[in-house]
Amino acid sequence: MLTKRIIPCLDIKDGRTVKGTNFVDLRDAGDPVELGSLYAKQGADELVFLDITATVEKRKTLVELVRRIARHVNIPFTVGGGISSVADVNALLENGADKISVNTAAFKNPGLITALSKEFGSQCVVLAIDTKLEDDGEWYVYLNGGRKKTAIKAKDWAKQGVMHGAGEILLTSMNHDGTKQGFAIDITKYMVENLSVPVIASGGGGKMEHFKDIFEKTGVDAALAASIFHFNEISIPDLKDYLKSNNILVRK
Amino acid sequence: MKIVIIKYNAGNIQSVLFALERIGIEAEVTDDTAKIQQADKVIFPGVGEASSAMQYLKERKLDVVIKGLKQPVFGICLGMQLLCNYSEENDTDCLGIIPVNVKKFQPGLNQTEVFKVPQIGWNNIYDLRSPLFEGVERNSYIYNVHSYYAEDSEYTIAKCNYATEYAAAIKKDNFYGVQFHTEKSAAVGERILKNFIGL
Repeated sequence: MLTKRIIPCLDIKDGRTVKGTNFVDLRDAGDPVELGSLYAKQGADELVFLDITATVEKRKTLVELVRRIARHVNIPFTVGGGISSVADVNALLENGADKISVNTAAFKNPGLITALSKEFGSQCVVLAIDTKLEDDGEWYVYLNGGRKKTAIKAKDWAKQGVMHGAGEILLTSMNHDGTKQGFAIDITKYMVENLSVPVIASGGGGKMEHFKDIFEKTGVDAALAASIFHFNEISIPDLKDYLKSNNILVRK
Repeated sequence: MKIVIIKYNAGNIQSVLFALERIGIEAEVTDDTAKIQQADKVIFPGVGEASSAMQYLKERKLDVVIKGLKQPVFGICLGMQLLCNYSEENDTDCLGIIPVNVKKFQPGLNQTEVFKVPQIGWNNIYDLRSPLFEGVERNSYIYNVHSYYAEDSEYTIAKCNYATEYAAAIKKDNFYGVQFHTEKSAAVGERILKNFIGL
């Protein structure tokens, strides 16, 4: 049976991890490759590297970083952040990335998803959606790392994205992100039940119970978190033991 | 020992090279007929789409080269599917080396699970029946990313279950194929790669 996936996310700026970590045994806590390898050894199922480098010039270092990750990490990884062309993706995949994630550029030009899925297969095209629950009770799509609101509902955009060829949806609830109060159950459940592709829940995971809840209550395929892993507030082996003891199928 | 990875228009070749490097094995990526024919082991990887891959192989006569190989050949993911007879992916006649058909997963439900397509993630393999799996425990987890699968048949050497029971690995004569990504399946995947090299 297919297992539920636990995915640590590493924010990268100029080739370095942004948030810092609490791992005392790392020689260089800012090195994405070292941290990624540690997570792989601990039993992470996948990794996401999100590049938040501002300048185009420095983004070239991303391809070199991807190559180093692929050389040393023996589990799959997704690379996202600022990807806007087939050429961008080609360079990342050729250097060993397994999947790429698109966000703002895909929203502005859904044809990008179509082009990418045609060229590389939809299995490697992850559509990342940042969404926020507004006072009217609807979840809206936000762009540019959550800075720009749109008038489009996340439910509609996710369905369109899948129609265009997205092979997986990475859904981040901005209401929950950073709160450590648990994942967004309702919108995640809606996506799981209404999309034909796998969904990754992101935002709000703070305790092991939150992971159990999101898997049990929504059937979501994967859960992603960042700082709780980086600061070792939850260790991946402990989390997996806990989920397993709660009858959630995980790879051990 | 000379290990060759067949170069064609399918991704993830770099990942396979790196995985081999991690287990201390050097390989050459090439589409040169003589080099492929003279290699001790041939790896035929692939992530991509069946019909365009077949077209690419035919244009370069690599289809004929692959069919004629006598040394151990290892197809991975799309590479495995291309070793088969036929794929439902864009109605493609494949190499026809292993008489098995490749079908598409149907999204759906059973009593306990929702099945999404593609299957993405870690699933367990069982009924392991080949030296390829020496030292690999039953129900070991391996990483999958695919929408199409090879039907279970007499050529199955490992099974997996996702909505239906299917062939996670197949073999006929000197041709081996695995649906999952050995190069991304952590220690288990590296063991299987090592086993292939040791065949």
